[in-house]
Amino acid sequence: MSEARVRLLRWVIRGVRSVVGGLAAMGLAFTNLPLLAASVVALALAPVPFLGLALAPWTMTLVRMRADLERRRASRIGVLVTRPYHPAPEGAMAGGWKRFRWIVTDPATWRDLAWLLPGAIISFGLGLVTVLVPLYGLAGLTLAPLWIWLGTGWYGYGALWSIDSFSEGLLCVPKGAVILAIGLWIGPWLRRVDALFARLLLAPTTAAGLRLRVTQLTITRADTVDAQAAELRRIERDLHDGVQARLVSLRMVIGLADTLIDHNPAQAHKLLAEARASSGAALVELRHLVRGIHPPVLAERGLAGAVRALALSLPVPITVDVDLPGRLDTPVESAAYFAVAEALTNMVRHSHAHTGSVSARHSEGTLTMMVTDDGAGGADPAAGTGLRGIERRLAAFDGRMALSSPAGGPTVITMELPCALSSPRITPSSATD
Amino acid sequence: MRVVIAEDHALLRDGLTRLLQAFDFDVVAAVDNGPALLPALITHRPQVAIIDVRLPPTFTDEGLQAAIAARAQMPGLPVLMLSQHVEPMYAHELLSAPNGGVGYLLKDRISDVEEFVDAVRRVAGGGTAMDPEVISQLLVRREPLAVLTSREREVLGVMAEGRSNAAIAAKLRITEKAVSKHINNILTKLDMPPSDDDNRRVLAVLAYLDA
Repeated sequence: MSEARVRLLRWVIRGVRSVVGGLAAMGLAFTNLPLLAASVVALALAPVPFLGLALAPWTMTLVRMRADLERRRASRIGVLVTRPYHPAPEGAMAGGWKRFRWIVTDPATWRDLAWLLPGAIISFGLGLVTVLVPLYGLAGLTLAPLWIWLGTGWYGYGALWSIDSFSEGLLCVPKGAVILAIGLWIGPWLRRVDALFARLLLAPTTAAGLRLRVTQLTITRADTVDAQAAELRRIERDLHDGVQARLVSLRMVIGLADTLIDHNPAQAHKLLAEARASSGAALVELRHLVRGIHPPVLAERGLAGAVRALALSLPVPITVDVDLPGRLDTPVESAAYFAVAEALTNMVRHSHAHTGSVSARHSEGTLTMMVTDDGAGGADPAAGTGLRGIERRLAAFDGRMALSSPAGGPTVITMELPCALSSPRITPSSATD
Repeated sequence: MRVVIAEDHALLRDGLTRLLQAFDFDVVAAVDNGPALLPALITHRPQVAIIDVRLPPTFTDEGLQAAIAARAQMPGLPVLMLSQHVEPMYAHELLSAPNGGVGYLLKDRISDVEEFVDAVRRVAGGGTAMDPEVISQLLVRREPLAVLTSREREVLGVMAEGRSNAAIAAKLRITEKAVSKHINNILTKLDMPPSDDDNRRVLAVLAYLDA
């Protein structure tokens, strides 16, 4: 298909989708009114013992579900709306005062309520226009000629109201086409206006946004500190129980060989051979340890090289498409590498995949990495620690992970890390200069 | 035999120099950083160069880059890379200029003095010396190797390190005749044209393993 036709098709699909969205918006608008009424009643009944404290949080939960739906709808067409609510306080029981106070003191509650009525009106109005204009265009394109053909002279369409003659009827076709095109063209814009209005009241205020950010940073900082501490403990344990113990025994063996060398050279030789084997094992352990802390190839070749090297060492063939014009900052590079490594390890262990792929791109200040496989799917971040570990690693840098893994596959893990890219590494010239 | 050494760690550099001298090599230059390496190689035209992958000033893969550059300028220059860790990818890059001996070994192997000197001689003579660890990492991911018997896989592993039939026979404690039979079977099963040249034989194996 030619480029122009693909673009036309996309444009039409976008238009049709907006019409469907408009239709849904009109329907959803009607749910706002009973919710508003219920909220008013619930708040009015708040002083009533027992019932009052339970009713308001309960209706507000419904309102929040409705608002969340609207946030999702807006986010889907590219207007990102974050959830603004305070997190629930600990020990807040249903029907308790704490829970009631949590709901009522949250400014987002009142902004939700304030949105219900105007939101419904705007949604309905804009939805109506989104649906009716293309529908009218479609009528001109198909129905008007049909009616003329049937011999009815009463139907009016477009600028020339009544259709008296056959040629006037035929004019409906281009008019209908133009109106349909206009309808499909304005549809996405109207959906966007609707979403922007929702964001006006449903998005966090600046203060709420900052509060959310602080909460999130507190959590990720605690996670990062925990993870770092655990990592240090692991390294300490590996050194202490592995290499250090080996070196101690090595010293003992060499010492023993030293004392034996004069009167039992054969035994001393045996001990020395043993010592050499033991030092070899210590080196192997150290090498594994170093690889776990920071793989040498990552230091030497950066993310692209390290991922390529990693892919080579896996039993499943992996296509690597990593093309970065420069190096990342060391901590980010390390986080990105270990996130990919974790995803690939998961894949090899659990997915039964035959092939996989890794790609990474950097644009507009974000590194986007994708790890996919053709395996069995059904990966669940809640089930394993691996995917959680990836989330934690990325969260330390404000990064995110999204997972799509329907049963039967394929699994796609998308990871995003906001980061800067340093200028391309200049390989120092080894020539005579 | 003239040797140039590039190694930044003073102890290792001196140790290597002494070791090689003990085996009658002539260490004509021993440099401790990347930029000094290429001029040293060009001036001395050694019969083999022993180079650490990671060298100052960048402490990345400076040595490897210098080795590749040197082989581009002096085709056929035998190069033995040493590293604290082995990376099949680096081995692959070294082998991309197929003329002349190539080796890539873990530094640990130096402690096995005779084997190490044997590897240096093999590389100097235009052969190959691949670390068993590189080979085993490459072997991990080759499913088609299922067609080989376990003995044939063992032979393939040692052959890919760059050993001659006699050395393979000694290592696996079988007769040379059995080795050449196994190798014929391997080359047939993997659909590779048999070749007498040791180095070309290794290259073919590595190309297959890395495909």
